[in-house]
Amino acid sequence: MSKQSRWFAALMIFALLALVSINVAVAQDGITQLTILWAEWDPANYLQQIGNEYEAETGIKVNVIQEPWGSFYDRMAVEWAAQGDAYDMVVGDSQWIGQGVEQGHYVDLTDFLVSEGIAETVTPATLQYYAEYPTGSGRYYAYPTEGDAVGWAYRKDLFEDPQNMADFEAKYGRPLQPPETWAELRDIAEFFTRPDEGLYGVGVYTQIDYDGMIMGFQNAFFSWGADWKNENNEVMGVVNSPEAVEALEFYKDLYQFAPPGTGNAFFAEMNDVFISGQAAMIMNYFAFFPALINPGVNPYAETTGFFPGPKGPNGDQYVSLGGQGLSILSYISPERQEASKAFIKWFAQEEVQARWAAVGGYTCNINVLESEEFLSNTPYNPAFADSMTFVKDFWNIPQFGELLEPAQRYLHAYVVGGEGTAQEALDKIVEAHQEILEDAGILGG
Amino acid sequence: MLKHEAQAPPAPAARPANRRQISDRTLSQLFIWPTLILLIIINIFPLFYSLFLSFTNYSAIANRPPEWIGFTNFDRLLNSSDIWGYFSLTGRYALISVGLQTVIGFGLALLLRKKFRGSGIVTTLILIPMMLSPVVVGLFWKLMFNPAYGIFNYLVGFTNPVTAPDWLASPSLALWAIIIVDVWMWSPFVMLLCLSGLSAIPDYLYEAAAIDRASAWFQFRRITLPQVAPLLLIAVLFRTIEAFKAFDLVMGLTGGGPGNATQMISVEIYSQAFLGQFRTGRASALAYIVLVIIIAVSNVYIRTLNKVREG
Repeated sequence: MSKQSRWFAALMIFALLALVSINVAVAQDGITQLTILWAEWDPANYLQQIGNEYEAETGIKVNVIQEPWGSFYDRMAVEWAAQGDAYDMVVGDSQWIGQGVEQGHYVDLTDFLVSEGIAETVTPATLQYYAEYPTGSGRYYAYPTEGDAVGWAYRKDLFEDPQNMADFEAKYGRPLQPPETWAELRDIAEFFTRPDEGLYGVGVYTQIDYDGMIMGFQNAFFSWGADWKNENNEVMGVVNSPEAVEALEFYKDLYQFAPPGTGNAFFAEMNDVFISGQAAMIMNYFAFFPALINPGVNPYAETTGFFPGPKGPNGDQYVSLGGQGLSILSYISPERQEASKAFIKWFAQEEVQARWAAVGGYTCNINVLESEEFLSNTPYNPAFADSMTFVKDFWNIPQFGELLEPAQRYLHAYVVGGEGTAQEALDKIVEAHQEILEDAGILGG
Repeated sequence: MLKHEAQAPPAPAARPANRRQISDRTLSQLFIWPTLILLIIINIFPLFYSLFLSFTNYSAIANRPPEWIGFTNFDRLLNSSDIWGYFSLTGRYALISVGLQTVIGFGLALLLRKKFRGSGIVTTLILIPMMLSPVVVGLFWKLMFNPAYGIFNYLVGFTNPVTAPDWLASPSLALWAIIIVDVWMWSPFVMLLCLSGLSAIPDYLYEAAAIDRASAWFQFRRITLPQVAPLLLIAVLFRTIEAFKAFDLVMGLTGGGPGNATQMISVEIYSQAFLGQFRTGRASALAYIVLVIIIAVSNVYIRTLNKVREG
């Protein structure tokens, strides 16, 4: 090899090494994309829109991967088990947080959220249910992203019909208006149940899969003063308390005013029976209400009204919590974790949250929720802002899935199948819960 | 001339030497081993691994290794009245559903045995249900069963939606609703096997019986039934195994509800293995119990089949 050739070879090797080192540097420091997993629904599309704004500002692409609700948890659980780094963040269900924290899947965001002042910007209820674990610990693992709760939609055209108003007042001795208590809601449901006209009073959640039935029943359950546990996590005598029995009997009573064929119904079926004119009122998560104000989807869009969950017999008012928080997964590199925190910091800014609310996302930001702009943005936003102050949730410990299953089964058997009594159904649930909690070491055997 | 030489087939001696060295045995192994390796990876290994898991408290999402707990899973399952209830329900479902499919399928085969104008089209139309996806079938039958707007109640005479039964929400009717759909979907399969059995019966048997003035019932009992029996039993065996594994249709129609009313054993396995619970070890144990039962039932069928063939 000539001297000239040796120099040329050395130059080529140097150039090659320089290129490789540049590539490594880009791969380590220059995060160019963030991947977020969420369920397949409209809010995920809204988050993608907000993510596109982030890309325009920073050059970092935000990719929101959507998984159908039915397999959303399974997909995340499998990724957790594999300790995979396919996703940087997940907008995880409120019930997952215990598992995410105890099994080390979520990054502890306490210092970040507190030191950046982000924790103070969201409503206390959302911070507690979407971010904090264990409850009351002051440790946060998510940024409350999509606030949601169960609310109610009703047909204003039916409620404001003079004949209906007169007939209702004559029968029940009070004016026909959106109910403030469960008892009033039952009367209205009864009043509008007219099978001959194909009209029924109310649509309620009854789905046997996952948590559908519970998310419906809980609205009455909590408002009757019942709960899934006491402050010591005891369940015996709590889940099957007299208040719980009364609430369950009430929920079953309400189901008789539901449109036929809704014995296994959740959010999609609720909107279906409303849009098809079969139900005068329906319960549903606020996240599914945008379809109801769209005249292209709902023929009653112009006359659809909304109200928050009603009060129980003693004035207690609670609604089932929906919604999710944005968590960073612990299996990604420290660089990607920092990039994810930078995204959350940007996303949590008030002006970005205002845009998030404007495109259709349910912000948890206190100031945005209270703003006139937000309250007047859609007809259901005032009810949503109200509801987010009295939300309550099911268990959020890692065993939540095991606890859901017997509750779903026995509630469904009683409410839809008409098997046994409310007391028997709740006794069976509490026995199963006791056993699961004892096995998990949460309760002494 | 040159062109002609170029087109001449090469002499045997010109073949590459290494090709001739592959023996028949090597060649057969080259075909068999990839399949065997594939089978071991996707079939044999999971079979034995799930057997191991059935003796552990493993959860696929718990992020901890399987912990050996001996027969605890089997003990819990076999002492659970709920599980025996699901077995009993599955058995009842299999018995009624396969029984009806056998009668209807065999009946249809007898009707279609003689060729008539358009019989090919009719046979093809009857076979359509079994070609559809069970999930799709479940979903559209769910709409047909809807008491408010479904066509099923109307067809069976309940023309008033107010008094029409809600098939999928009634504990006493939900199982029958699944049976109706399963029979609609799979009777054609029994029919198909019976048709092939019927077409194989030699005509001279019937001719001889006719000469002896045998009645139609006698011909059916002594010629048709014994000749078709082996294929009929195979159809029954397949359908029984499938009925024990009933899952997609049940999930599409009722999800196991109302309450436990249609919680078949396969739905229970799914529920234990997934649906938020992820009790992988216990679900594996239950799957093995079902496997043993299916093997036992299949053995009974196969012995009967052999007896029929010998007799």
